[in-house]
Amino acid sequence: MARNDGKAKMQTKRPTARAQQKARRVLVMVATRKGAWLYHADATRKTWRADGPHFLGHVLNHLVLDPRDGRTLLAAAKTGHLGPTVFRSTDLGRSWKEAAQPPAFAKAADGKEGRAVDHTFWLTPGHASEPNVWYAGTSPQGLFRSEDGGVTWEPFSYINEDPQYRKWMGTVQDGTPDGPKLHSIIVDPRDPAHLYFGMSGGGVHESTEGGRTFALLIKGLEVVEGFERADATVHDPHCVRLCPSNPDRLYQQNHCGIYRIDRPSDEWVRIGKAMPKRVGDIGFPMVVHPRDPDTVWVFPMDGQTVWPRTSPDGKPAVYATRNGGKTWKRLDAGLPEQQAWWTVKRQAMSADAGDPVGLYFGTTSGELWTSRDEGKGWTCIARHLPEIYAVEAAALS
Amino acid sequence: MKVLIPGALRSYTESSETVAAGATLSAVLADLDHQYPGIRFRMIDEQDRIRRHIRIFVNGEQARDLSQPLRVTDEVVIVQALSGG
Repeated sequence: MARNDGKAKMQTKRPTARAQQKARRVLVMVATRKGAWLYHADATRKTWRADGPHFLGHVLNHLVLDPRDGRTLLAAAKTGHLGPTVFRSTDLGRSWKEAAQPPAFAKAADGKEGRAVDHTFWLTPGHASEPNVWYAGTSPQGLFRSEDGGVTWEPFSYINEDPQYRKWMGTVQDGTPDGPKLHSIIVDPRDPAHLYFGMSGGGVHESTEGGRTFALLIKGLEVVEGFERADATVHDPHCVRLCPSNPDRLYQQNHCGIYRIDRPSDEWVRIGKAMPKRVGDIGFPMVVHPRDPDTVWVFPMDGQTVWPRTSPDGKPAVYATRNGGKTWKRLDAGLPEQQAWWTVKRQAMSADAGDPVGLYFGTTSGELWTSRDEGKGWTCIARHLPEIYAVEAAALS
Repeated sequence: MKVLIPGALRSYTESSETVAAGATLSAVLADLDHQYPGIRFRMIDEQDRIRRHIRIFVNGEQARDLSQPLRVTDEVVIVQALSGG
């Protein structure tokens, strides 16, 4: 009897374990200056299978999986010679088809100087209740929406042509070295009409009316010395993330520090002041924990004097807080101890939903690193890739 | 008329040479886009400007205006200009 019970237990356990393992397959999407790669792993996340290059020679700024169907990928692409486009796969990258109408600004009236999209920089899937909706942010700054899964795109909201927004967007000279960008498009998981986005430069903006109106959300954010805080033009939010486990909490890596905001407050609090002074709180990516709103990870870079945009002192490290930014811990086990002058771009760091959480970042020198234990230890998945622009991680069923 | 296609655009045409019709350069590009959907936007931006690293030559002369008239016997050459590393 006892043996039968034991056998029954084993029989019920095995498929459960297999099912769990299957449910936690991980896909890491890597977009680079010269193409895209997909990395597949099982639940252990110990061994990885590379699938790529896709779009060899194309500049890929973002590659994103649709979490609503688990198989549609959208890729924001251009090449050195050609204009921007979006590619779409409905079979996890086995085949790709170009968007019929990529993001593009409205044609200007005769005699007026119109803007042209140089590249689509950011892709965000829409709300779970809007299965075919996607948002895109471009360089120069523009906000676009697709309602057919990324096949056709239209300018979204009024901001692309609004005189006040155009002023805040500034000129190409006011933006980042490879063009000013609209990024960090966030859809509140509780409400498809509640949206956020960031502009570099141009500040953080929020809509509670599905884009019908937007309002500035820059109170508490510092700006470069000598400029006026009230002027959104000089605000440079590098990366804004909403905590899925507490959508009233957002974190931000800004040109001028690391911040947190707890809504309904409209004031950001600089939590980066608690970072070690020799490292500072300048950087680009910001990663939130999928279940713990007090835990985030950043990747500091050298933002002193001429902005070297390298790891401080050539010693790369992730920093994490487990208490909403009160204290920070250096996490560099396994990373180079010296003479490593790469850094991580704003879209190039991500977390999966595993337990413990898996972390991933791609470097400007073409290395893909992972941690299977929330940053305690790091291993390199891939070397010698082109400069990595974006890394996204997702669980596959 | 004959249109020569640069390497960067052959994923659309699958050939270095194709044929398109139209009384102006704009019309020829529209015909190309009809035959090979998406190809025009990779060369011409939404403000109808030829993109920075694309050059179009008609019978050896660089074309700068999409309204330029064309004849059936003209040869259009699309070139990818230098664009860095």
